[in-house]
Amino acid sequence: MTFLIAWSIDDAVHAMAEGARPVAGGSDLVVGARHGAATLPDQLVAIDRIADLAVIEDTPHGLRIGAGVTHAVLMSHESIVERRSALADAAALVGSPATRNVGTIGGNVMNASPAMDTGAPLVVLDAQVELQSTQGTRTVPVADVWVGPGQTAAGANELCTALLLPPAVQRMGSAYVRLEYRRAMEIAIVGAGAKVVLDREDNIADLAVALSAVAPTILAVESIDVVGRPINEETLDVVAKAASAQAEPISDLRASDDYRRHTIGVMAKRAVAAAARRASGERIAVPVNRSVGIGASS
Amino acid sequence: MTQSVVPVSLKVNGVTYPVEVPIDRNLLSTLRNDVGLTGTKEGCDDCECGACMVLVDGKPVNSCSYLALQTQGREITTVEGLAQDDELHKLQQSILEAGGVQCGFCTPGMLMSACALLAENPNPTRDEIQLGLSGNLCRCTGYARIIDAVAKAV
Repeated sequence: MTFLIAWSIDDAVHAMAEGARPVAGGSDLVVGARHGAATLPDQLVAIDRIADLAVIEDTPHGLRIGAGVTHAVLMSHESIVERRSALADAAALVGSPATRNVGTIGGNVMNASPAMDTGAPLVVLDAQVELQSTQGTRTVPVADVWVGPGQTAAGANELCTALLLPPAVQRMGSAYVRLEYRRAMEIAIVGAGAKVVLDREDNIADLAVALSAVAPTILAVESIDVVGRPINEETLDVVAKAASAQAEPISDLRASDDYRRHTIGVMAKRAVAAAARRASGERIAVPVNRSVGIGASS
Repeated sequence: MTQSVVPVSLKVNGVTYPVEVPIDRNLLSTLRNDVGLTGTKEGCDDCECGACMVLVDGKPVNSCSYLALQTQGREITTVEGLAQDDELHKLQQSILEAGGVQCGFCTPGMLMSACALLAENPNPTRDEIQLGLSGNLCRCTGYARIIDAVAKAV
């Protein structure tokens, strides 16, 4: 085995071109290796000291979140809490203070768990993934990066260097909620992220919903026909029915497929309702799960 | 690039320990077996229970799921680093007085999480204390007295 500490993106992609695999916080990689799910790669390159990966840049062109930004930073960064709240809601629910301290957004995306919390927010916020190798840099819509549980469309030599989010528009709100059995060290039973843009009459100008833990990858809900209509029980029911109908859940030790199919509709509805409240200017503290009492109470 | 067993200096509680560790060895095992500090406990060995909590550059880390080599050049603090000379850290004194220790196995991890919490938020609410300790499991106390102890140490 070999282990190299990279101090620059250039160091890291050169090591990866020679076969090394990146390790940031290690919270998926090291735990996975111990369980025998995937042995630790033979060559490791530690990317957690690369300063350029740990930067969030807010420009008129949008928000660039370095792949090495931790969940602890995401959940408290003003541009994310105020204008991309769903991502802060999700980051605040990940693991425990220790997990959020070492776990990174890049690691979370490239681990490609269908139950990841930050995935649905990234989909509804139209994130692009920046992938870099010694051959160059490309960007891919985040939903296209995940091809199956634990599988991505990135080449083995490509390092995720950033998540790119478009500029936030006026009267846009977003939220992420999940069903959980406990408040910490939890994995979503099901989770839903939503983005709502309201027009001047408070009708829906744009809406996006994505779901966690109900399909082999994060699932973007399609054909929710509510644009031009107000947020009310009727439109929220349209969202819930679309989410439940399009979900492809499995049964496992955490929940049955039927239970997941039902509750994902409820979560989708609550995510849209919270996103709409934020779009109208109301402040709901991060994470929505705690602020509106979804999930475990203690 | 380096070979499978790597000589490395780890700075633990202000003391530098030269050790040789396999690349895949976690920090917990290195602290207990190579450095010889056994205050940090192995509970679930699965990043779930928090018994192995230490501070790396002041931030809480589950040492069971962190490679020892990733701590090169960083400051590690374990429960052994809390007391100064013969005087217990205020959190240690407080957890003793509040009755927050029964079997004691979770205590080192609880203390390290509490230490990180108070460093970041010197006046936490009870809810903030609960969230700060939310990565630490205790099977004896029912948590109330541990939370009391942290509140008392503020």
